[in-house]
Amino acid sequence: MTLAEILASLFPAGHDVVQDRGILLGSGPLKDGGHITVIGVADRTPLGIDDLVRLSGHVLKAVEAGGRDPILVLIDSDSQRMSKRDELLGLNEFLAHLAKCLLLADMQAHHTVGLLYGHSAAGAFIATAMSTRTLVALPGATPVVMDLPSMSKVTKLTIETLQEKAKSTPVFAPGLDNLAQTGAVLAIWDDKRSLADQLQTVLGEAAAGDRRDRLGKERKGRPKAADIAERVRELALHPA
Amino acid sequence: MTDQKTVTPFQRHTSSWYESSARDRVRLLLDAGSFREFIGPEAREMSPHLDLFDLPKQFDDGIVVGRGMLGGKPLFVAAQEGRFMGGAFGEVHGAKLTGLLRAARDTRPAIPVLILFDTGGVRLQEANAGELSISEIMRALVEARTAGAKVVGLIGGRSGCYGGGGLIAGTCSALAVSEHGRIAVSGPEVIETNRGIEEFDSKDKSLVWRTMGGRNRRLIGGADAFVDDTIEAFRAAALLLIERAPAFDLDMLKAEQARLTERLQRFGDCADAVDIWAREGIADARSVPGLSTEAFTAIADKAREPRYDAR
Repeated sequence: MTLAEILASLFPAGHDVVQDRGILLGSGPLKDGGHITVIGVADRTPLGIDDLVRLSGHVLKAVEAGGRDPILVLIDSDSQRMSKRDELLGLNEFLAHLAKCLLLADMQAHHTVGLLYGHSAAGAFIATAMSTRTLVALPGATPVVMDLPSMSKVTKLTIETLQEKAKSTPVFAPGLDNLAQTGAVLAIWDDKRSLADQLQTVLGEAAAGDRRDRLGKERKGRPKAADIAERVRELALHPA
Repeated sequence: MTDQKTVTPFQRHTSSWYESSARDRVRLLLDAGSFREFIGPEAREMSPHLDLFDLPKQFDDGIVVGRGMLGGKPLFVAAQEGRFMGGAFGEVHGAKLTGLLRAARDTRPAIPVLILFDTGGVRLQEANAGELSISEIMRALVEARTAGAKVVGLIGGRSGCYGGGGLIAGTCSALAVSEHGRIAVSGPEVIETNRGIEEFDSKDKSLVWRTMGGRNRRLIGGADAFVDDTIEAFRAAALLLIERAPAFDLDMLKAEQARLTERLQRFGDCADAVDIWAREGIADARSVPGLSTEAFTAIADKAREPRYDAR
């Protein structure tokens, strides 16, 4: 689906989401009469420091306004911008700041929903869609941590070997299904049905709190994370 | 770990943070004999994924987590071992830190957390699990801070603090960094591979240090304290930053938004770190990399007094 089609299906009654230099800012009405704040990245834009302050500023404004309006994060991005200037000026702080703003918003009753509709990678993915309470994706989305050719360079294994290994373990290979199996993606939406309906459903369902490690265990994508985290927590809270 | 009952001030003053292992950093940093590890190497909780790549595993998956005392007060501590797979975040490695931060979230009264970063970022052989663990750690960290825990990052290891490690560092309440502490997202080689040597020459070590190193991070406000490469210096900084670090709330995030916006306005057109330092009012900006810690700190405090309300 194109971005225009996605926005039309999410907001059949219209919206005020504006795209400017790859960044989406605005809001739209929900089916139940409520309102949702929208931020996003479009056209596979790499996420740099100038973009990040615009996104975080929009989130902070929504939190400051009070209320309980949810926040939708639409993502079709590249990775974080790889440049001397961005790193010189502290790109890690700008990415973390956006993530913190989204996490604060969610804790202050603004249910955050990420919708991955295209590409995303590495730090850009962590700071945006992955920092929401509920991450969903459209079929055909292509998240990656690192592409197979780069991974082949680092691991010194051929791409063919990596592809073969990817069949038996989803834990390192790029792609939506592999990532979903680790628990990062709650659900893959049906692009034939109204996105407005599916958004309304997910807003009513997903409870607060981070259950991604348990989901990854159920889906057999991350066998150990949930148990290790819980054991450490227990040991730390109840020292022998 | 062999928990020595005594640690002398002499040991703390003479031990290099950079040269020490994760276990030695923890042992020497905390009050003598106070550290208790959770799921230590004897539990042999190793990565379930490295066999697939015929790679050696480590009994603790490259991270030490536990509880101890600093200056007579209890805290949680996590330390990454930069010499095992570059301190990278894998499934088990990440889950240990997530669990520790969730404990900090649930502990009343709140106690601080120290994170001794030493990492190149996500472990590629288990990339999806590692990437997701970064996100889980950031959420647990923010929840711990919201519950009142101060989370202080200490950065001065051989692997620096890159990739997802840089994002977690940016989520902490306060950061102390040494000369060797580099903080960034994309590493020099990654930028060069993707954008070309004209964008970033990863072999130019002086460029790497002045762009991503501790001095520039202190001068632009990316870290709160610049310290000597000794255990004692990091210990003193940890004690100070636990006291000073801000709470996590809307006011803090508004202050951070203003701080980062101001940085873009003031330095957004600077081509090099030296240009930033000159604009900060440092007379001989080119001399900054060669200054002693003492001289540098004096200049840095004059140019940009540390603020503790916007991270």
